[in-house]
Amino acid sequence: MADLRSNLAGIASPNPFWLASAPPTNSGYQVMRAFEAGWGGVVWKTLGTPIVNVTSRFAGMNYKQNKMVAMNNIELITDRPLDENLSEIAKCKRAFPDRAIVASLMEVCERDAWRELVKRVQEIDIDGFELNFGCPHGMSERGMGAAVGQHPDLIARVTEWVVEASRVPVVVKLTPNVTDIRFPARAAARGGAHAVSMINTINSIMGVDVDTWNPIPHVDGKSSHGGYCGPAVKPIALNMVNDCARDPEVGIPISGIGGVETWQDVVEFLLLGASNVQVCTAVMHHGFRIVEELADGLNRYLDARGIQSVAEIVGGSANRITTWNNLNLNYKIVAHIDQAACIHCNKCYIACEDAAHQCIDRVRQPGGSTNLVVDEGHCVGCNLCSMVCPVDECIEMVRVDNGRPAQSWKERAAAMGGVG
Amino acid sequence: MAAPVPSLGEPFHRPLTHLEVKLEANRCLYCYDAPCMNACPTHIDVASFIAKIAAGNLTGSAHVIMDANPMGASCARVCPTDQLCEGACVYKKDGAPIRIGDLQRYAVDAAMRDGTRLFEAGAPTGHTVAIVGGGPAGLSAARDLRRMGHAVTIFEAREMLGGLNTYGIVPFRLPIETALWEAEQVVELGAEVRANVRVGRDVAMDALLAEYDAIVLACGMGGVPHLGIPGEELAGVWDALEFIERVKLGRDIGALGSRIAVIGAGNTAIDALTCSRRIARQAGAGGGEARVTMYYRRGERQMSAYGFEYDFAKQEGIEFRFFCAPTRIVGEGGHVRAIEFVRTRLDTSEGGEVAVPVSGTEFVEPIDTVVRAIGQSRLVETFDRLGIAHDGGVVRVDENLQTTRPGVYAAGDCIFAKGTREAMVVEAAEQGKCAARSIDTYLRRGA
Repeated sequence: MADLRSNLAGIASPNPFWLASAPPTNSGYQVMRAFEAGWGGVVWKTLGTPIVNVTSRFAGMNYKQNKMVAMNNIELITDRPLDENLSEIAKCKRAFPDRAIVASLMEVCERDAWRELVKRVQEIDIDGFELNFGCPHGMSERGMGAAVGQHPDLIARVTEWVVEASRVPVVVKLTPNVTDIRFPARAAARGGAHAVSMINTINSIMGVDVDTWNPIPHVDGKSSHGGYCGPAVKPIALNMVNDCARDPEVGIPISGIGGVETWQDVVEFLLLGASNVQVCTAVMHHGFRIVEELADGLNRYLDARGIQSVAEIVGGSANRITTWNNLNLNYKIVAHIDQAACIHCNKCYIACEDAAHQCIDRVRQPGGSTNLVVDEGHCVGCNLCSMVCPVDECIEMVRVDNGRPAQSWKERAAAMGGVG
Repeated sequence: MAAPVPSLGEPFHRPLTHLEVKLEANRCLYCYDAPCMNACPTHIDVASFIAKIAAGNLTGSAHVIMDANPMGASCARVCPTDQLCEGACVYKKDGAPIRIGDLQRYAVDAAMRDGTRLFEAGAPTGHTVAIVGGGPAGLSAARDLRRMGHAVTIFEAREMLGGLNTYGIVPFRLPIETALWEAEQVVELGAEVRANVRVGRDVAMDALLAEYDAIVLACGMGGVPHLGIPGEELAGVWDALEFIERVKLGRDIGALGSRIAVIGAGNTAIDALTCSRRIARQAGAGGGEARVTMYYRRGERQMSAYGFEYDFAKQEGIEFRFFCAPTRIVGEGGHVRAIEFVRTRLDTSEGGEVAVPVSGTEFVEPIDTVVRAIGQSRLVETFDRLGIAHDGGVVRVDENLQTTRPGVYAAGDCIFAKGTREAMVVEAAEQGKCAARSIDTYLRRGA
């Protein structure tokens, strides 16, 4: 059994699986159930001045028969009084003292308001704060959430106020609705934040009902943009986590959020630089019980590789991401089709023919059947055929030794006399 | 029109539920130049019609199906899909081919329910075509000829269109409404129908030749031939097709008794077996179960019924006796009482698999009803009278389905010869389409 314990900027938890500040962490009842299921920590649904929510609130994006490859929501922060939330948090902490409970906070941009909120929440036993600078709808119209997260100066200022007043580590949660995530992350670090978490949800309109022409979801025929999350946003989150992990000016730990559902997702976030992960959509889809497989899968993965602890893999692939001009132009792979495994759906053929480089041929065999054969001389190794192939390991991308030494565009440009 | 028709219980195959359809349609890979399409005699673009189902475009899906196959509704129910589209599915190897037939049925049933009009007649060309026989081949030819704008008259010997689809397949496999809906699609395109008119009896072929620019012979085959044994004239001895027809039209067939024998091992034999079993069960509610037995002169391996039909018959409680041939039917008071059989063995000395009787092995089975289902006879005399070349009743056609008489084309069972073509609805539909195409070329070339 590997050591799954995690520590995010001083906030310890028995495993790296936290629930993100969201509907699953709305109440003590839910958090108790989550802890019973095995979650290592929770970020309690954002505390602040209680609001009023609308119905409906969520919408799912399906791909064919796969439900909820993404979802969006127009729900706001907690709609219950602060005292009620605080007494439930205290109860959960007493019942599960080894788990991390972080309070997500949101306030108007006034020093006293933030200090007052921090002071009140600190009256109970809390492990950390997460500043919600990410909520993209509703609260942002009132100058909170993403409205703060899109202004590095505001981020730094509010973070300073909170850090000043706080006795526990402060995490700043960032909105992805910016051009370059590193700027708000650097601002958080400047303001004294102990960690950043990302990504909050992405501005989105889920769809339009083609029968009624109502937006989805709609509130009495109208809608506003919502926050997009779930498996489909993972690549965006991974990129932002890695951008921050590699940036020396950020330099603080990262809690990774965005589409985590399986242990492989967790490993990817950790390898690209996150210290732990936060999960929401997967739980909204399947319930708290998924944490069992997250832990089991991660454990077996680490054991199989002889890795002692989760901490060892954090950032393991972070520096394998670089800029395009550092990539080896002489690295060459081509597609190999395993004729025995091929089921002859011709998906690779038509994808290559219509959308890539026309280098898969349908070669008639003596028996009358047709084999799909790669023209290796023209194959550019783009991967498309192997991506559309429904049979695992039927199309393998194989390295071809072209005898040329590695050379990046940067090196090539330099060799050609500074062009490029 | 016939009286309300009994469905005779649960359908052979239930339709998919909406959820099953969603799951199945989305499982389809949308193959390119898909093997299922190539395995279908009518080349339905299966990947396309399934993608349309998945996209919620059911009318578009039905259009793709019926465009390629004017008998798309009946084929969805009676095609041996495991040997055609589903047998070619790329998932077949892993034992989970897409349920193409069921999806086809779902899409076409929706069009049938909605009364959606899928096709329009073409601009009139001034040419006229006579179709002899309103079964699957004739209807398919008529449908496409109307879409091409040729005037079409269908001469149908029976009261209703649809041929064997209407009259010759048990209702729990192919309801009459389905067959008649397909016929209606053709009639709605403006095909004229002359029902109860038998060419050669009520109207002379020469008259058709004089009156029409081209002719499609789609008259199928004749009744079930006699066994050629004593006692066939007894009451209680049936031609399988007549038997199924009466059942399908809800007409009286009298009491079947408790011991029913079907002679033969093809798909029509299976239909006769399963429907007599269901009838006997309905009639004998409370009484003893009827024994319904198939007698076949060869073995299980030589049966011409599809595997899934055979399986179905087994599930329905049919009994099977192989390697026995009837030698005489024994009567009492003018009605069947027993059949004498002789055991047979397979003689493969000539390279074939011929059943030969083993003398001294005769045995008698008490029987109340005998249904003979040993294939269909050929309309030899009809073709002789028409002066059309044929091989033992199989009309001779060229690659364009033209007979030896210019302007006269043939399609469907009348050109079905064992080993060369299949006697399937889907084949008949394709031949009807081909005949229409050939005729269109022939007429436009300057008839």
